[in-house]
This record gives sequence, structure tokens and C-alpha cells, in this order.
Amino acid sequence: MSYGGKVDVLRDVSLDVERGEVVGLIGPSGSGKSTILRTLVGLMKPRAGRVSVEGATVDYSSRGSLRVARDRFAIVFQQYNLFQNMTALRNVAIAPTLVKKRDRAQVDAEARALLARVGLAEKVNAYPDELSGGQQQRVAIARALALKPDILLLDEVTAALDPELVGEVLDTIRALQRDGMTMLIVSHEMGFIREVASRVAFLDQGSVVEVGPPAEIFDAPKSPRLRDFTSRILRH
Amino acid sequence: MWEQILEDAPRFFGPWNLLFLGEALVNTLLLSYLGAAMGFAIGFGLAIGRHPRLYGVLPLRIAATAYVEIFRRIPFLVKLMCVFFAFQLSGAQASLFTIALVTVVLSAAAFAAEIARAGIESVPAPQWDAAEAMNFSRWRVLTRVVAPQSWRVALPPLFGYAVGFIKSTSIASQIGVMELTYAAKILNTRGFSAALCFGTILIVYFLICWPTKRLGEKLEARLGHRAKA
Repeated sequence: MSYGGKVDVLRDVSLDVERGEVVGLIGPSGSGKSTILRTLVGLMKPRAGRVSVEGATVDYSSRGSLRVARDRFAIVFQQYNLFQNMTALRNVAIAPTLVKKRDRAQVDAEARALLARVGLAEKVNAYPDELSGGQQQRVAIARALALKPDILLLDEVTAALDPELVGEVLDTIRALQRDGMTMLIVSHEMGFIREVASRVAFLDQGSVVEVGPPAEIFDAPKSPRLRDFTSRILRH
Repeated sequence: MWEQILEDAPRFFGPWNLLFLGEALVNTLLLSYLGAAMGFAIGFGLAIGRHPRLYGVLPLRIAATAYVEIFRRIPFLVKLMCVFFAFQLSGAQASLFTIALVTVVLSAAAFAAEIARAGIESVPAPQWDAAEAMNFSRWRVLTRVVAPQSWRVALPPLFGYAVGFIKSTSIASQIGVMELTYAAKILNTRGFSAALCFGTILIVYFLICWPTKRLGEKLEARLGHRAKA
């Protein structure tokens, strides 16, 4: 995949994800990890390449087809991006009611259940700025789950959090993994990736350099670039 | 001067003059509030038509931007004359009041477009990303996410300009629109002292402008609170 402009941000990215699988994306800053996720949800337009889900090609070319593409994926952002003008409950319930036109009472009940699942049953009526970063991020995860995506995309979801709040978000993701949620996780929490991911892809300069089970990637890296990356990470 | 004012006052505030001033007041209010309301609605439309993530296709963006940049830079009196002669040239029958109203609307639209643009741009891009990634249509991104968060930024200057337009309508007296300033001029030529005529409308202008400003502050406080709470 590549983009208009001077630099190809991504090229030679080839990655398969099985249903129920958790794949970790690691690599240095600017390697294109987040770009992959943003491309999948149609926030950036690929110039070439192909994405397919369950055999069907996802078409990013028009507004209409983009809607179909976006139904497949849900993304959780580093900065949570909760709608500031809505309560936690509305944040979670708005897309299913407004976009998917589902029954409001039913959606609200589901949204409450989702918020309870991420441990925020008491915060349904709180506005984002009344919540801690970790709480906001858990609302954002609930909001993404409410879309019932085929694949959940997590874009450095703990990177903006205070260290003491990281644990609660990681616990939430662990629970999702146990429930069989298919996830593509971009993260710098190497210990966590190693624990939840069934496979890890290492990206550098917009390309997938190496893919494999966590043990292989972290303990027996083949490519020199990955060796260099892991050694730098293990040093701190 | 005070003696003359006191002597003139009973005659000046007679029923005929009060009716006359009342009619002028209604015209000033219509020009200001109706003009500003219509202008702000159009200005909001212009802002939407200029925004690349909303409906800003290129020809529309160029046209809207040109309009906004030009109309914000022409003095009100010149705009008024342009509209006046445009109506004359086209041969369309329009009252002086209509001409003044059109000028206020055209003017308010340009200023409101700029304010609305600032309001829209005050909403951080990640809010748009989240809404778009969840398949919100452009209209819904605007109405559910962007507009509710823009009001806080847009409202105070909008009311500031509304007060400005109340004052600008006095310029419509130049083409003979029967609003407060023109009424004062007429009463003055009928022999009432200038201090009495213009002193009276000065107070009337203040009584219109001040509550408008207060309303803006109240709304601002309420919206600010709700957007935050």
C-alpha cells in the first residue's frame, strides 16, 4: 500500500489474520503500524493493494463501499477520541442507534452491559472529562465492541496512559482475547504483546520484515533489523 | 440646552411621535435580528461548504471563500449602495427596507461563515476520525459531533457581531429606510432639538444592544457548562 505525496508510507505489507486470532504489530516509530490500522478503517486511502475479509475484497474507493469496509472493523485510538459532548453511555450507543438504526432501548441495554464488562457500570452517565484516561480508554473499547466488528483494531491504546492506569486497560483486552475476539494490536508493551498475541509482525520503514509466533520474534529474531530492534527494547 | 429639552419634551413624546419612533424601532429590530438570523444561517451553510471534510468540493470552496473574503472587506455603506444599484439595474421592484435587509443578510453571512469556520476548526481532528471510522455520514459528523462542540467557540463572537449589526442598520438611513436613525433625523428637521432626537435613539439603541449582549453571555455560560459537565 502506498499513499499520494512524496513518500510511500507502506509497501510490501502482507499479513493474514485468522478468526479469533490476536496479531501484534511492533516496530520503531514511523514504521507504519498505525497507518495500517488507519487504512483498514478508511481514514487513509490506499493507492494500491488489496484487503480482504472472509474472502471478500474490501473496497475503499467510494463513500458507499467505504461504509461496507468500516462495518468490518472498529478502531480504538491512542487518545481514546471519545465524543466530548456525550456521556459514556451515548458514546457507546450512538453508532448502533444512529448508523445501524437499531432499536434504542435494546442498544442502550447492550451499551450498559458493555460498559459493565469493561468495569464501568457506575460511569454510564459520566462525560469523558470526568473520567480518568484508563476509564476513557475502556469506554472507547466498549464503544468499538458495540459496533460488533469482525476485527478490533487497537492503536497504541495504552501509550497515552499514566503507568498506573495501563493495567486496567490491558486486563480488558486480555478478557477480549479469552472471548475469542479477533484483534490487531499495535503496541509498545512488548511483554503484553508476547502474552496475548498468537503471532507478531515486525514492521520497519513501511514493510513487514518478519512475522511469527512471539517466542520466535522476541527470542530468535532472524532479520538483522528485528534483532537490532529487540536488543534495543530489551535494554530498557 | 437643558431648558430647551425640557420645554420640547412633552411635545416630543406625544402620541404621534411615539408611534413614529415605535415603527422605526420595529424596522431596526427586524433589520437587525431577522437580518442577522438569516445571515447566520447562510453563513453556517457557507462554512460547511468550505470545509474539506464536510461538503467542501473545490468549486464550492472557491466560491464560498471568495464571497466570504470579499464581503468581509467592503464597508457596510458601500455594500448597501451596491445592493441598491443592483436592484435598480435589474429593474426588480424592492422596497428600501428590503434592500437594507438584503445587505444585512449578505454582510452577516460573510462574518458568520468565518466564525462558524473557526468553531468547526476548534473541534480536534481525532473527533472526526472517531466518527468517520464508525461510519457516521458527513451530516451526522457535523450535527452530532462537530456542531455541538463548536457552539462554545462560535457563540460569543456571533453575539458580538449581532450587536454590531444592530448598530450597522443605522447606516440604512442613508438610503432613506425608516429606521431609528432616519426617524431621529426627520424629527430633528421638524424642529425638535438634535439633543432630544438623537439622545432618545441613543438610549433606545442601548436598550436593544445591551440585552442582546447579555443573552449571548447567558447562552455561552449555559452551553459551556453543558459541554463540560
